Amino acid sequence: MSGLMIFNAHSRLYWGQYGANTDYAWLVIDDAGDTGFVEIAGVRVDTIGVLGIWKDSQGEVKRRAFPHWATIPSGYDLQAARRWHFTFAWILAVALMLYMLRSLWNGHVRRDLHIRKWEWSPRNIWHDITAHARLRFPTGAAAKNYNILQKISYIGVIFILLPLIIFTGLTMSPAMNAAWPWLLDLFGGRQSARSLHFIAAFLLVGFFFVHIMMVLLAGPINEVRSIITGKYTLPGKAEPDPEPELPHGEPA
Amino acid sequence: MTESKLILPRRKFLAGAALGGSSLLLAGCDALTENQGFRSFLRSGEALNKGAQRLITDRAALAPEFSAGDISPIFKANGSITGGTVEYAGHVAEKFADWQLRIDGMVRNPLSLNLAQLTKMPSREQITRHDCVEGWSAIGKWRGTPLGLLLKQANLSTKARYIVFHCADQWGPGVPYYESVDLIDAFHPQTILAWGMNGGVLPVQHGAPLRLRVERQLGYKQAKYVMRVEATDDLKKFYGGKGGYWEDAHDYDWYAGI
Repeated sequence: MSGLMIFNAHSRLYWGQYGANTDYAWLVIDDAGDTGFVEIAGVRVDTIGVLGIWKDSQGEVKRRAFPHWATIPSGYDLQAARRWHFTFAWILAVALMLYMLRSLWNGHVRRDLHIRKWEWSPRNIWHDITAHARLRFPTGAAAKNYNILQKISYIGVIFILLPLIIFTGLTMSPAMNAAWPWLLDLFGGRQSARSLHFIAAFLLVGFFFVHIMMVLLAGPINEVRSIITGKYTLPGKAEPDPEPELPHGEPA
Repeated sequence: MTESKLILPRRKFLAGAALGGSSLLLAGCDALTENQGFRSFLRSGEALNKGAQRLITDRAALAPEFSAGDISPIFKANGSITGGTVEYAGHVAEKFADWQLRIDGMVRNPLSLNLAQLTKMPSREQITRHDCVEGWSAIGKWRGTPLGLLLKQANLSTKARYIVFHCADQWGPGVPYYESVDLIDAFHPQTILAWGMNGGVLPVQHGAPLRLRVERQLGYKQAKYVMRVEATDDLKKFYGGKGGYWEDAHDYDWYAGI
């Protein structure tokens, strides 16, 4: 979105403190003549009119990394994209902080996300992977708890990816580097932070699509209702489960 | 079995809805970007960023300095790389023999200094990172005269709030490059008017004979080909009124700490 538009201003990624056109880039999205290409670690793959070179909604050929339908704004406008990015970054960071605090406070983390010792067993993890691969969703009371893959992805998103994307974002700010120089040490330099920011963004997009797909496959109306209101009809049973909610902190 | 019959149309419907929805959404975002009210909402982010960064940053906090081994093999030259004007080309041809830096505006003691006088003054050397708003970075070694020292010699008026840098390069007929900083950055110990780069004299492509280094801000603040330093109380008096060439021409943020 706005980040992809900002990326379009310099569609190369580096590791380390510095990086510009003559330095080695581990990722390049560019065009050569009539074809666009993506180059990762020196391996070049030609693209088919989506990345590097594409036609905008008026049919005009543009030579930018990400196409108009994926960026905010759709035309090249670095300043407008930065304004979108930095304003909504505040909303993301504040919302995430409130959500984290509330989740810790109300026991959501301890009760629902905390991975119990037995769940770490390879057999349980493997069982969950095969169940996901076959799209077999838990029924009855088992559907009330998050499974291990869910827990790992939710913890990964809330406590790793989102903080990572916020802190790597801050690391790209020269004023923040003066205020908090440890950010540079933590991520190995401004250009490394820029690369990590980009990778984290793509992992979040990946999570978003898988998450939405799972909600749809598991019964979208029931799932979305439960996300918003907490009312959840247990799948695989004719009647809703009469069992009261487990007390906080008790192992399920 | 009814399940599998249902899934396909649903998938098709979802794919269609997702595509239609996202293009509508993006069209909506473009419309919002043009909307004055929403633009001022987005601009509030700039004020918040500047305020938050100033809040957590010590006004004298130093930008990170690097070692000689960290210097970029090739420092990318960006923006104007020739200076452009006939007047400037004359200075290059004469090796800046007649070039003079003027320091005036709201100062009690306007100065005019040639390159030899500048280089004889106390100087500071720093290896710092230059960050372009586009995303790339380059590390270079700069040597120059601290701006604060020059402003003290010029006896800056207490009315002055900003320092404006007038440059030799023109961006279209009658549109010279210029930039400005506030007094916090003007008197910061790492803010220098650099005449040396990577151990030699400042090359033309990097803004010879003199460029601003205002570390802690992005590349477009680092004015090249500086001819005149003017102290003022109001940025609205200059050109488009937003305090810099890119600020006027492309609505870039005046505060470029992020």
